[in-house]
Amino acid sequence: MAYTAENNSSSLMAKAVKEGIFAGVIAFGMFLLFVGIETYQDINNQLTWRTRWGLLAVFVAVAAIGRFLTVGFIKPHLDKRKLAKAKSGVLDISTDKSFFHRNFLKIALLFLLCYPFLAMLIFGRQGSLKYVDNFGIQILIYVMLAWGLNIVVGLAGLLDLGYVAFYAVGAYSYALLSANFGFSFWLLLPMAGILAGFWGIILGFPVLRLRGDYLAIVTLAFGEIIRLVLINWTDVTRGTFGISGIAKASFFGIWSFDVGAANNFNKAWGLPSSSVYYKIFLFYVILALCLITAYVTIRLRRMPIGRAWEALREDEIACRSLGINTVTTKLTAFATGAMFGGFAGSFFAARQGFVSPESFVFLESAVILAIVVLGGMGSLTGIAIAAVVMVGGTELLREMEFLKHVFGPDFTPELYRMLLFGLAMIIVMLFKPRGFVGTREPTAFLKERKAVSGSFTKEGHG
Amino acid sequence: MTTGTTTMTKDAILKVDHLSMKFGGLMAINDFSFEAKRGEITALIGPNGAGKTTVFNCITGFYKPTMGMITLKRKDGQDYLLERLRDFEINKVAGVARTFQNIRLFSGLTVLENLLVAQHNVLMKASGYTILGLLGLPAYKTAAAEAIEKARHWLEMADLIDRADDPAGDLSYGAQRRLEIARAMCTGPELLCLDEPAAGLNPKESLTLNTLLRAIRDEGTSLLLIEHDMSVVMEISDHVVVLEYGQKISDGTPDHVKNDPKVIAAYLGVEDDEVEAIEEKLDEGTV
Amino acid sequence: MEYFIQQLINGLTLGSIYGLVAIGYTMVYGIIGMINFAHGDIFMLGGFAALIIFLILTSFFAGIPVALLLLVMLLVGMLMTGLWNWTIERVAYRPLRGSFRLAPLITAIGMSIVLSNFIQVTQGPRNKPIPPLVTDVYHLGNITISLKQILIVVITSVLLFAFWYIVNKTPLGRAQRATEQDRKMAALLGVDVDRTISITFIMGAALAAVAGTMYLMYYGVAGFNDGFIPGVKAFTAAVLGGIGSLPGAVLGGLLIGLIESLWSAYFSIAYKDVATFAILAIVLIFKPTGILGRPEVEKV
Repeated sequence: MAYTAENNSSSLMAKAVKEGIFAGVIAFGMFLLFVGIETYQDINNQLTWRTRWGLLAVFVAVAAIGRFLTVGFIKPHLDKRKLAKAKSGVLDISTDKSFFHRNFLKIALLFLLCYPFLAMLIFGRQGSLKYVDNFGIQILIYVMLAWGLNIVVGLAGLLDLGYVAFYAVGAYSYALLSANFGFSFWLLLPMAGILAGFWGIILGFPVLRLRGDYLAIVTLAFGEIIRLVLINWTDVTRGTFGISGIAKASFFGIWSFDVGAANNFNKAWGLPSSSVYYKIFLFYVILALCLITAYVTIRLRRMPIGRAWEALREDEIACRSLGINTVTTKLTAFATGAMFGGFAGSFFAARQGFVSPESFVFLESAVILAIVVLGGMGSLTGIAIAAVVMVGGTELLREMEFLKHVFGPDFTPELYRMLLFGLAMIIVMLFKPRGFVGTREPTAFLKERKAVSGSFTKEGHG
Repeated sequence: MTTGTTTMTKDAILKVDHLSMKFGGLMAINDFSFEAKRGEITALIGPNGAGKTTVFNCITGFYKPTMGMITLKRKDGQDYLLERLRDFEINKVAGVARTFQNIRLFSGLTVLENLLVAQHNVLMKASGYTILGLLGLPAYKTAAAEAIEKARHWLEMADLIDRADDPAGDLSYGAQRRLEIARAMCTGPELLCLDEPAAGLNPKESLTLNTLLRAIRDEGTSLLLIEHDMSVVMEISDHVVVLEYGQKISDGTPDHVKNDPKVIAAYLGVEDDEVEAIEEKLDEGTV
Repeated sequence: MEYFIQQLINGLTLGSIYGLVAIGYTMVYGIIGMINFAHGDIFMLGGFAALIIFLILTSFFAGIPVALLLLVMLLVGMLMTGLWNWTIERVAYRPLRGSFRLAPLITAIGMSIVLSNFIQVTQGPRNKPIPPLVTDVYHLGNITISLKQILIVVITSVLLFAFWYIVNKTPLGRAQRATEQDRKMAALLGVDVDRTISITFIMGAALAAVAGTMYLMYYGVAGFNDGFIPGVKAFTAAVLGGIGSLPGAVLGGLLIGLIESLWSAYFSIAYKDVATFAILAIVLIFKPTGILGRPEVEKV
């Protein structure tokens, strides 16, 4: 070794300074126009501009110092740790899992069952509304959607960028059929799922022989077509105004949650009038729907059809050589995924009481797909964690009123919600390209069930 | 689908009649006919670019031949015209299984799962096309247990029983080849087509492979293989067909083919007068 | 007939813009096989850069000649988006190259969300109108051609020729084609793959900036959300023409421009995008790799 440690560290510092300055220059170039200059409309409604040098300086400084610290300190530190770990010879596979780890699913389920009551206990009746609705129900809807899409993308390896179309079909099926024919939620819930599955077959049939990215763009196109039809077919869908006053779900037809109804749930149980009970009821409905989705997915994976889906993801040609009809296999995956999207959609309509094409934009498909990939394709637990982190995390931003005290009263944290969501997507992918849970649980075993490392599983070609 | 061809020899399982395959202007296969007998190992050999893989892909449904007929006779006497079946039906209906030159395993599934996927059609039926199985009916449970037993049998045959719960992508090259064969056998084929099964194997693995192939034949499945490795071909085949430039140049027992001057010329590309010299060497068994 | 020709001209103009953006999609797809979802937002950034330069220049030099103004807008826009796309590739795509196929797709979608929201946060959510830059209009009988339409078609054609030249006739183009065919082999033969990919991203971004500037000139307005719809249409154009093929991207762009303007003229303006997407689906059903795409051969 010719290098002394000192020599090494001084050259490292020089490198860090150089890289830091470079990053600063790049950041200056990138942000000069967009951050350094602000365009705005003046009193005469004329577009004009002013400078924001201070803010630009902050951006440049953050980039330069960030890069300097990364190169100079964080990376060497990480490398050292990795080296030490490799030297110690202890492999990073801990077979001894903690109690929490082993019973994670049971604990999570118990927590979910108690969640609405915990929220009521802590935040009071009205205070808990936000937690049950915005966090609980909202996150669970995304969990269900992501689990549904997981069948298509995670198991069958078909890249679907228009999943939100089936969500829309479910939501509008419920909205229209309940408004026009007065059917109840419990009748329309399965019907919406079946209709969405049916649409999955109709849309899927012509396009499923396309491969990879061609399939992606056509599914994206179908998603947009459905949204555009919803906007423009005003006679039926009332266009961008949407459909409001959608009937609430009833307590299995026994009690109603409508305030004026004779069999009002709150009255029947002698509860004070508050919408929180309806929300709690909805929370359990969506929780049940999620559990059904998970149960069906787990069962299907152990059935020939589920194995065929996964085999299809791994190698389509080999599937054909084994006598598997790949077209019907793909169609069933597409239709099953669509069906769960339809269930979630009809639930969404019942919960919202209002649907409009606004809720079914491409961004929603992207968010759902992101949750599936960030969670780890195929892993139900990973996907649920990703939904909690991504949806819950951005939802939390709405609550950060205290930031107003830091950044001034004009600061609206909501504005940064999607910006941070996007950044989080990038950062999680960079650090965990295979998602939170990268391993795959085998569906059958002879001697012992060993998780399959993510490096073996493929991601499908179409 | 089931026109009986009277010309078919009684004990033939596969009959290829006047097969031609054109790619653009290129005639890859030109009026090629041969028969494979039931219970035998038939080898299709020929120099690089002779069209072996094309024939193979026509038989296994990956290409649609330009002309010609490919007839498969099942044990129950039913005949199938393979070129009229859809790709997956070649296996499902006609009972022809194949392996690939570039191994195509489901690398993210375990070895056992690979073998279970191969029993898809049987299990599908047993699970009442998923619906009955989802309800947890016992019929499916028995079928699933039987499927695992069948998988276990082939794992033992292929000497992979210890690796059953490992991902297929984690196996060594030789083991992957054996797994691919075991997987094809789990579909319960009457004819197994192997595309260069010995390619890339070391001599020891090659020997294990030979044993496996013989065992498969002895269990009643006929084999058709494309091979480069002459030691494998000569040792295990019962019948050899030689292809050059899309045409058949020789057909017969390994001994017959080995001594056919045309074959030697095709393989070595030598002048006719040199052929004899090589024949002598062949007799001594040095090539 | 005149009405038809008028629509044809409008369609060609729009199609040129889509074509320019589509090239960026197709080049990136060709070379690293990923859908660069953020490309539509790069186009939007290009438009915004042009808008800001326009505001600065017109406030300092009131009587600046339009040609010079446009030239500076184009150049700064190209530089700016080139820098952005270079950085994006370095930060968000390169570390994931060669890993899981869906990972870069997700970072690209994330990047698209980040870019549009970044502009929303820094420049405000409202659409920004600018006064018309080029107003001359020519009449041929009842057909009207505006100078900006001519400019758009001419600039597109010039750029296309330049591009075709770079890709087919220069060492850089050769390196790009080699990298496209086989990245590992190209690297072994001494092609600097990283640099080639970076340059491809910069080139695609520069074209997107030109398209963005022309879009701004044509419609006279820029908004943070303007990247999505043109982006999706340009991507549709790239796929329709056969993704990976440069002439295909242009052909696809022109086709989509024509479909849009003709459908709006003769059927209903509301369903013009439905028509575009439906035609894409139909074409792909009959020609699964697009119009000029090479058919995918399944090697077994």
